[in-house]
Amino acid sequence: MSKTIAEKILSTKSGQDARANDIVVADLDFVMGQDGTSGLAIQAFEEMQAKQVFDPARVAMVIDHSSPSPLAGVSALHRQMRVFADEQKINFYDIGDGVCHQLLPEQGHVVPGDLVIGADSHTCTYGAINVFSTGVGSTDLAAGLVSGKLWFKVPETFKFVLNGRLPAGVYAKDLILYLIGDVTADGATYMAAEYVGEAIAALSIDARLTISNMAIEMGAKCGLMEADQKTIDWVRAHSKKDFTPVKADLDAVYARIKEYDVSKLEPQVAKPHTVDNVCPVGEVAGIPIQQGVIGTCTNGRMEDLRIAAGILKGKKIDRHTRLIVAPSSRQLMLQAMREGLIEVFVEAGAAVVTPGCGPCVGTHNGVPSDGENVISTANRNFKGRMGNPTSFIYLGSPATVAASVLYGKITDPREFIK
Amino acid sequence: MDLHGKVHKFANDVNTDYIISGRHKFKTLDMKELAKHVMEDLDPEFYSKVTKGDFIVAGSNFGCGSSREQAPLAIINANVSAVIAKSFARIFYRNCINTGLPLIECNTDGIDEGDELEVDLGAGILHNLSKGTDIAITPLPAVMLKILNDGGLVEHFKKYGGFNFD
Repeated sequence: MSKTIAEKILSTKSGQDARANDIVVADLDFVMGQDGTSGLAIQAFEEMQAKQVFDPARVAMVIDHSSPSPLAGVSALHRQMRVFADEQKINFYDIGDGVCHQLLPEQGHVVPGDLVIGADSHTCTYGAINVFSTGVGSTDLAAGLVSGKLWFKVPETFKFVLNGRLPAGVYAKDLILYLIGDVTADGATYMAAEYVGEAIAALSIDARLTISNMAIEMGAKCGLMEADQKTIDWVRAHSKKDFTPVKADLDAVYARIKEYDVSKLEPQVAKPHTVDNVCPVGEVAGIPIQQGVIGTCTNGRMEDLRIAAGILKGKKIDRHTRLIVAPSSRQLMLQAMREGLIEVFVEAGAAVVTPGCGPCVGTHNGVPSDGENVISTANRNFKGRMGNPTSFIYLGSPATVAASVLYGKITDPREFIK
Repeated sequence: MDLHGKVHKFANDVNTDYIISGRHKFKTLDMKELAKHVMEDLDPEFYSKVTKGDFIVAGSNFGCGSSREQAPLAIINANVSAVIAKSFARIFYRNCINTGLPLIECNTDGIDEGDELEVDLGAGILHNLSKGTDIAITPLPAVMLKILNDGGLVEHFKKYGGFNFD
């Protein structure tokens, strides 16, 4: 009988004929923790009386959320990770290396057809390169570290058929915000999202990663895409691992299918304080902005940096607005330097900070003041997310953020797009 | 297992940043300390209002957002006995079972702030003592019940040396 991508990957990895709603115990190809979750996982690992991780080559820990450390308490957690990584000889990424969700694909750790868990909710990002990857908590991570396995409820699949091509000035971020606004924050809870269609085929891998990254914001367990030639070329350029792409069967059974024509889509903005509170940029244009953020695991890749720099080149940001830029990894920071993009940002008046999560999680690097408005390329705008519950966070594409900081107010970026 | 306490009511889509903010959770693994900040951004007085055994009651999609396990751990350490909601986000759901925080999925429309509840987990019934109503609870999947009954996933692993659902 025919299957979805999720059912196929979980069948292969569990050795069972896995169907939606079955419970399986499956073998993991890769396991990841970051500095907000690894401390509790190491504690649970020790409580489980484990001595060694199942396979050091298939484990990574990444310091990205509070990086470099802003506080002694955080430093202690970082040291605990470094000691564990040394003892266990696992892959380890320290401050400045980048965001975990950029590093895992970029460093070639995850490839199409893999089953991956990460103790971070945006682990769903690698679905863009045909990986069944999902976020878990610290104790599930510990179980994965110890055994190389995890139990899964095989998800039903919500298929998004995306027809047409995005117009100029409208990007992957606008598309995923629109979809989340349409189906709401729990529209795909317990489900796998599958994104298909001409609109996806036309996008770069950078842009596809943005879409899969935000699957969790509609409650989905993963955000899967098929691997086309673009995916295969990209993965081969980043990884030496062998892989077998996984396609859905034509007559696979879906819990829900929704079709969209994206060719008339406008730039979208998520308003405070929920990601599904989405509107066209025109509805909020003119709202004053005190801080812009370009980066994070959603939108800190080369394509994002190029688009933002294209708008900012030779201009200065508004005098009453700040701009913080955090490339998603050290490699991307170097590439952006070579291309002169970092120079563009710095000359425009931006503060360029360490590759990593930047100010997204509210620990450092740009906590807004009381009542301030922020526009960010991140994936969450919850009240207090950036460290101050009295501030307001709007989410948009790198182009929308770049255009908005030039005027100091939310701005439709299409006036800058030739 | 019977649980008894009064209700602290919240709306839909309570995310893990509201349960325990990132500005606190990165600082420490001391859950007693984190517990003081539970729900702080929604209700700064929450921690001081809880009496041991009380319930957090909410609408749909409780626990959406990040994978932080500090969320259920901080709730447990704030002396809340269970979270009752119409539905839960999946990572939070797993984290609760793994750490031993009971989750109760049922229709919460008829439950208000301050109501006194008694929950019979074995029978799958929630009694609203203030309103004199009984509400049926959606049963936990067998795998989760097994982990919860073993005392969480760490205890399950200690007992079996890995996953064992036979």
